Amino acid sequence: MYLEDTIAAISTPAGEGGIGVIRISGSASLSILKAVFKRKYDGGFQSHRFYYGDIVSPQTTTTIDEALAVYMQAPRSFTREDVVEIQCHSGTLIIQQVLAVILLCGARLADPGEFTRRAFLNGRIDLLQAEAIIDMIRAKTDTAVAVARQQSDGSLSAALFKVRDLIRRALALVEAYVDFPEDDMVAKDADCLRQQINDSLSIISDLVATFDEGRVIREGVSVLIAGKPNVGKSSLLNTLLKEKRAIVTAIPGTTRDLIEEVVNIDGLPVKLLDTAGICTSEDTVEREGIALALGRIASADLVLYVLDASRSFDADDQFVAESIKQSKIIIVLNKSDLASEIRLPSSLLSYPAIAISTLSLTGIEQLKHQIALTFLHGKAVDSRELILLSKSRHRDTLLRVKILLSDFIEHCAIPLPDELLALDLRDALDVLGQVTGETTPDDILNLIFEQFCVGK
Amino acid sequence: MIAYDKQYDVIVTGAGHAGCEAALAAARMGCTTLLLTINIDAVALMSCNPAIGGQAKGHIVREIDALGGEMGKNIDATGIQYRVLNMRKGPAVRASRAQADKQLYRLRMKAVLENQAHLDIKQAEVIRLVIDRDEVSGVDTKAGVRFYGKTVILTTGTFMKGLIHIGLINYPGGRAGDLPSDGLSDNLRDLGFEIGRLKTGTPARLDGRTIDFTRLEPQFGDNPPKPFSFSTVSITRPQVPCYIAYTNRRSHEIIRSGLDRSPLYAGIIEGIGPRYCPSIEDKVVRFPEKDRHQTFIEPEGLNTVEYYPSGLSTSLPIDVQWAFYRSIEGLEKVEIMRPAYAIEYDYADPVQLQVTLETIKIRNLYHAGQINGTSGYEEAAGQGLIAGINAALKVKGKEQLVLARNEAYIGVMIDDLVTMGTKEPYRMFTSRAEYRLLLREDNADLRLREMGYRLGLVSQDDYQQFVTKRIAIDVQLEKLHKTKLLPSEVTPELLKDFDLSGIQNSITFEQLLKRPDVTYADLKRLDQSFGDVSIAVQEQVEIQVKYKGYVDRQLEQVKRMAKMEGARIPLSFDYASISGLTAEVREKLTQFRPTTLGQASRIPGVTPAAVAILSIALKTKIEG
Repeated sequence: MYLEDTIAAISTPAGEGGIGVIRISGSASLSILKAVFKRKYDGGFQSHRFYYGDIVSPQTTTTIDEALAVYMQAPRSFTREDVVEIQCHSGTLIIQQVLAVILLCGARLADPGEFTRRAFLNGRIDLLQAEAIIDMIRAKTDTAVAVARQQSDGSLSAALFKVRDLIRRALALVEAYVDFPEDDMVAKDADCLRQQINDSLSIISDLVATFDEGRVIREGVSVLIAGKPNVGKSSLLNTLLKEKRAIVTAIPGTTRDLIEEVVNIDGLPVKLLDTAGICTSEDTVEREGIALALGRIASADLVLYVLDASRSFDADDQFVAESIKQSKIIIVLNKSDLASEIRLPSSLLSYPAIAISTLSLTGIEQLKHQIALTFLHGKAVDSRELILLSKSRHRDTLLRVKILLSDFIEHCAIPLPDELLALDLRDALDVLGQVTGETTPDDILNLIFEQFCVGK
Repeated sequence: MIAYDKQYDVIVTGAGHAGCEAALAAARMGCTTLLLTINIDAVALMSCNPAIGGQAKGHIVREIDALGGEMGKNIDATGIQYRVLNMRKGPAVRASRAQADKQLYRLRMKAVLENQAHLDIKQAEVIRLVIDRDEVSGVDTKAGVRFYGKTVILTTGTFMKGLIHIGLINYPGGRAGDLPSDGLSDNLRDLGFEIGRLKTGTPARLDGRTIDFTRLEPQFGDNPPKPFSFSTVSITRPQVPCYIAYTNRRSHEIIRSGLDRSPLYAGIIEGIGPRYCPSIEDKVVRFPEKDRHQTFIEPEGLNTVEYYPSGLSTSLPIDVQWAFYRSIEGLEKVEIMRPAYAIEYDYADPVQLQVTLETIKIRNLYHAGQINGTSGYEEAAGQGLIAGINAALKVKGKEQLVLARNEAYIGVMIDDLVTMGTKEPYRMFTSRAEYRLLLREDNADLRLREMGYRLGLVSQDDYQQFVTKRIAIDVQLEKLHKTKLLPSEVTPELLKDFDLSGIQNSITFEQLLKRPDVTYADLKRLDQSFGDVSIAVQEQVEIQVKYKGYVDRQLEQVKRMAKMEGARIPLSFDYASISGLTAEVREKLTQFRPTTLGQASRIPGVTPAAVAILSIALKTKIEG
């Protein structure tokens, strides 16, 4: 569209990369930045200066990531509008969470090619690029249409259309009260109205809950293998990969670089990262590897914390535990075929722990199952369905519809007059229209004439 | 043809509700104007219900009045019952409605026309347009006279090839008792216009001497009646009630027994009828579970025994009509004075118009009212006013007037019509307006009075009165914003009444009025000086303060759409040359020819992606 609202999107390629950039463009850019970005040192934002701080959710006040942010005042920006760019960690979950917070603060997810289009319409880039933008919009929307079509008989899209129809019916009811005050229709049934919208809300909540699962299926998750040297991290990697990828020796500190492999666990694409053993090493090369490993912890979706079950819990193990305490963790007790010596400190007892042996291969299936469970919450996975909702656009849409419908329920309770209630429902249908297609005033009138004998 | 030796600026063909507004507007703007009608005794005749206004229609009447049109003043001079609908809902959807004395309404409008300078009124049937190189230059009449005019406005109502149906009997007529217009729509077709067919209907007129009113429930109007026009001081006609009656199961049996002789169900009627104005046979067939249908028995005037049973229109045969109306309680002995009938007529799909109401094909030719597929006196009058204004502006070589969707229901209506066309009679509903909260009856003057004055349609006196009101509103809003209520200056009882007992800090009167349970009248209890302004000002201030948050939300939306609404698409724009559009979208755009990007976005099937592509293509083609 050609609307002058504020848009946001992840502008670096999906998936890999240590750093991701989120771009925001439009008049509300700066106010959104102020809402989600807490500078380490207080002060305002000058144009074209980098600032260091935390991304904080205004709703929950929890810190999501540390980031760099730059504000570019119009017209000295790519779109010639006020632009904010935020550089954060690009672990697949993190950057999505940062975007979600920005969208909740009032930005709309940008349409395909919209930044470039705005840049063009504001005279920022030359005419020769116009055709290229058109092609990009077409290609992206064609893909989206193809996906939607492929899904059109699925139960997910059926659920979305059910939500739309419930809201449409509710709106038709409200509009009938407003536009036919002289007809002797059934009295206004507020309970029925509220019920229809509550039904929609619960469908939306269920759908949003499947989002994270859907996303991990499409994009995969990153799982970091961490532990002190020589506890069997590389053996675990090889076992999960079923091939010798990492060099395994009995000399502690063999793995100095990061090793990444993608493996399929219960239908879930998992990017495994093997790291150098973490300890207080004197070796400069090894120390570089350790630093690298520590740097990747924050962006991993899950950490497999490997311990040697045949040895007692020591200071190095404790150092590792300290480094990963912000992460999602599964404790892996390797060498459990040997006599068990380890006793976990009480601070670690709340995490799931799996005893395995990379030699006898015991416990490996159990571990895989636990990894899948972490992301899929044990639900049966129909990947065909999940793919659709895995798109951020759909999630963003549903969350915005959810807010509007919750407003509606609140406004019913006051109660606000019908024409204001209609506003909430109308806005919800407009937002939902991005997924299900638009609802025109005629669609609502049709519903009124179908349901009610009105007019004279 | 005998050429008439007077040259007109504007010729209006048809003197119904559209034609009267068009002719008055043109003449008041100083144009030499000719109003032609098949029957001068039927000027401004209410062919169907004897009422003006109603939901969304009342809004249009107020807009016409604010712009300097006649409809509001005419109903105020002849109204015999007034009601404001939706009083318990918010101000945006409150709507005025009034019963009219049908004959007084017609005669009063005729007198206004006769007293208007620059305006000639003649009885004649137009059969042909005089066209010279795609530009209209006059009209030919059945009696062989050619009138020359720089612009022509067609307001033909239901007259073009009008065909009246009563049961399986049908005959040509423009309205019961009037001749149809026979040649004009053929001429339009020859000129390349696409002509379609619509249908509408009206109930029987009943003899009040044969109705037992003691068994019906009377419905009285508001006391005091609230006028339509911003210029009307008070309503002086005697006010009379309507009566509520109900059909019953036996009535519905009678309807069903006659369906085999219904021209609608026998497939004789091909025109498409209005869904929101269904005939009683439609209601009975479509909602078989309903045991009864309500009707308001409305008086046709103060000095007549004729009554109009609303909601009971039908095209069933006369014997079924006799039995049906007499099956209703209180109407057992009723005599029908005029039978109910359906009428089919020709219209020209309004997608063939520019947003100014000038046709795309023929320069200086304007269409307004039912010829554009609308129904309703108010919808017709709104278009007639705009067509009259634009024809006059055209003659003067000035820029055309286009009301935006956020300025007026008239703007919403015309934009809907010319953007999407219509295949069934179009009626206004408030739900058609996306900026409904901005388009209220109460602020029609604030929206449009200034415009009407600049056009020369609003008198100096009316304008001065408006300016005074506008200033008073601003002053009062400022006062509310600045004046603080100090808890120490108010009695404890009042503090308790307003739930202010606990507060430490002072609160402004604006903040107080924002509370859902506080009215403007309450403020006067706290500070008498708030009662020093007129009721109209008090009402406006209250609405503006209470609605502010929502109004701001809509204004924000208007702002966001502004760029799109302002992005003009040339009529000759070549959609085939844009590579990114799908075949379906290209076909829609070629068919509907939107004049702005905003219009394009409202065409069903034109996706946001297509609009995005179009916006780039427009900039490329126009600037490149």
